[in-house]
Amino acid sequence: MPTGNRTARLAPFLELTHISKRFGGVHALRDVDFDIEAGEVHCLVGENGSGKSTLIKIIAGVQPPEPGGRIRIEGRDYAHLNPVQSTHCGIQVIYQDLSLFPNLSVVENIAIGRHLGRPRPVDWSGMRRLARAAMERIGVALDLDARVADLTIASRQLVAICRAMAADARLLIMDEPTSSLTRHEVDALLAVVRDLKRKGICVVFVSHRLDEVLEVAERVSVLRDGAKVGTFEARDMNDHKLATLMTGKEFHYDLTETDLSDRAVVLSVRNLTRAGDYREVSFDVRAGEILGLTGLLGSGRTELALSLFGMNPPDAGEIRLNGELLHLKTNAEAIEHGIAYVSEDRLGLGLVLEQPISSNLVVTMLDRLAGRFGLVAPAVRNAHVTRWIKELAIRVSNPENAVKTLSGGNQQRVVLAKWMSTNPRLLILDSPTVGVDISAKDGIYEIVKRLAGAGIAVILISDEVPEVLYHTHRVLIMREGRLTAEFAPHRSSEHELEAAINA
Amino acid sequence: MREGLQRFTRTHEFWLLIVLIVIGAGLTAADSSFFTLQNLFDLLTSYAFYGILAAGLLVVLISGGIDISFTATASVAQYVALTVAIQYGATWFTLFLMAALIGIACGAVNALFIRTLRIPSIIVSIATLNIFYGLLVFVTSGRYIYQLPDWFAHGIFWFEFEDANQISYGINLQILCLACAFLLTWILLNRTNIGRQIYALGGNPDAAQRLGFHVFGLNVLVYCYMGFMAGIASLVQAQLAQSVAPTVLVGKELDVVAAVVLGGASLTGGVGTVFGTILGLALLAIIQNGLILLGVSSYWSPLFVGLVILVAVSTTAWSQNRKHRRMVAA
Repeated sequence: MPTGNRTARLAPFLELTHISKRFGGVHALRDVDFDIEAGEVHCLVGENGSGKSTLIKIIAGVQPPEPGGRIRIEGRDYAHLNPVQSTHCGIQVIYQDLSLFPNLSVVENIAIGRHLGRPRPVDWSGMRRLARAAMERIGVALDLDARVADLTIASRQLVAICRAMAADARLLIMDEPTSSLTRHEVDALLAVVRDLKRKGICVVFVSHRLDEVLEVAERVSVLRDGAKVGTFEARDMNDHKLATLMTGKEFHYDLTETDLSDRAVVLSVRNLTRAGDYREVSFDVRAGEILGLTGLLGSGRTELALSLFGMNPPDAGEIRLNGELLHLKTNAEAIEHGIAYVSEDRLGLGLVLEQPISSNLVVTMLDRLAGRFGLVAPAVRNAHVTRWIKELAIRVSNPENAVKTLSGGNQQRVVLAKWMSTNPRLLILDSPTVGVDISAKDGIYEIVKRLAGAGIAVILISDEVPEVLYHTHRVLIMREGRLTAEFAPHRSSEHELEAAINA
Repeated sequence: MREGLQRFTRTHEFWLLIVLIVIGAGLTAADSSFFTLQNLFDLLTSYAFYGILAAGLLVVLISGGIDISFTATASVAQYVALTVAIQYGATWFTLFLMAALIGIACGAVNALFIRTLRIPSIIVSIATLNIFYGLLVFVTSGRYIYQLPDWFAHGIFWFEFEDANQISYGINLQILCLACAFLLTWILLNRTNIGRQIYALGGNPDAAQRLGFHVFGLNVLVYCYMGFMAGIASLVQAQLAQSVAPTVLVGKELDVVAAVVLGGASLTGGVGTVFGTILGLALLAIIQNGLILLGVSSYWSPLFVGLVILVAVSTTAWSQNRKHRRMVAA
């Protein structure tokens, strides 16, 4: 339901009308109207490429809109803004990477604005006062002298918010603020946002993880393909409705019971222990089964996965693959035994971004594709590349382009293809959909289902409860290094899983 | 205060200091001539050239760049400034002004190529090292200058005093310039907003750009500062050597890089302190000096220096990894 019929609206702090932006022939934004009321928490959602970041850049003054648009801030009109004007109006953007200086202290990061301008001595005590005042405003206490590099992501986020406060923010725009936080950290962040709201500071969340931001937002604006779909009351919205608005597609996931008890056990883990990481972990995964593994960050799930992949040798316990006892010391051994692992840090560890798609696809297969003298014939290589691009429907214009030219979803498919071609018996996916759009996520779930259908045992590790609930056959909960609960998705709810994770 | 001390014990500088004290104590025990006023003065005087260059390089490394052309810059500055001084006469002030300006000009060339064309600084400075040096050797045919002005050859000697053996000590040109170089760099890095901007730039260049730092200006400043220090260092070296040799300085740049990195500066930028650099340089100096005092053949020196660097860098990396693992586990 579009707004406009609700009475007693406050005067808008920021009002954009008829904003368009073209890059070459591409319409990044088409005639978008957007407004933020004083003291409002507003959600801006949309898939990658929907125009969210362009809209932010126009508000931040980094890019000018096409002529004809109007930006009104507290009653004053601007055809376009520059960064200085935007900052002057109290607009502060916290980008996804937070733009902090990891090598500097918390004080300097918060009060970095004091370093700008003509050469002069540093006013250290003034900076400390400013930093303290900023922290007080949002009610947090951080060690002022700690180096930002030594802080957790959640604390860094607070530093970034403090910096915006120190710059007298009246409108705070946060780009994907929750994407790398755990549930507890998200709650803490949302508490800070509620506090800001009480102080009359507007907050715009740019996000595609939706459930949590809906809790604090008043209104939600949805962008799709550069146009605004509409602005809606947050209380009328839910994940499902928003996903449909953002993509224009219906997503529906069924929970049906699948009986896998007659399938062979592929992986059997017994009493696996590694000091400091996890303790006495036992479970089985059958052929064709998708096993969900979830828990808070630091619960030991990634460490366990790395142990199964030979990269974090356990202290005690046993790992059997198809009944054979394994003592994996390196990941090369794990690969040889048919274990594949797609890491959480897909961009950092899974792909060589600068290298062509084709090279990334064949890298795990070089030994097997090699002919005499250990050389790979171009024809063999190309056949392999073509086959996998087709198999996983990777959208590429030219396989010789660098992987970084692909969208997140397609990059993910390249990683999957890379591992699938090794013919794995066990596939471990660690947070495979982090930073991926809803539609692309859907594609990945399809692929995972197909892999399992082909008889591969899959372990799907994820932070997102809906992900493990709707896309696995069985869910294990890990807490403080132990497996604490097991759920059958068709007989459980998101709520039950949440409770077990945070117990 | 206690907290500050605790923080200090976790720093790279703390460990460097411990190592320095241990090696120093060992050398003092092994050879009575190590821990003497005379030896320490000799060390300060002979390592002043490296120290002044290290101060300049530290600033470049913190900004996230690197410069290895400074020995060529120093050679050019030294040769031109002293040739002019011999031909037309000069005072201490005009001589240092000339050397500094030549150094700054060379630094500006580096900054211009690095910033406007976005070429990695290591590549640019390898090229300019060869260009500056090549031009100098070509123009001078590699001729040495021995006939330096008397006032220059005589140097300066302040606060002179003698010990029991009638050996005189004082603040000479080398020690004076070394102290000034470190002091100036310390003030720049820790007491001015520009210095803090240099740290920030090295820590996160994208964020610095976004926050509206004058990134181009900072780069020019950093490389010109390196050039300035190279100009000053060149005269310090010429005064000590009592000659100007176009070919002797080039080749020493990696020793300076080693000292600064040993002192904890990171090649990826944003990290490094003046105190650490002083300790890094001191460690290199006493190892080389100690080996000589112990009568070890000087052919062994590079091996030991290499080992010390490798051990120091490895321990830092090791403790970083451990720290990281602890953070992940927590």
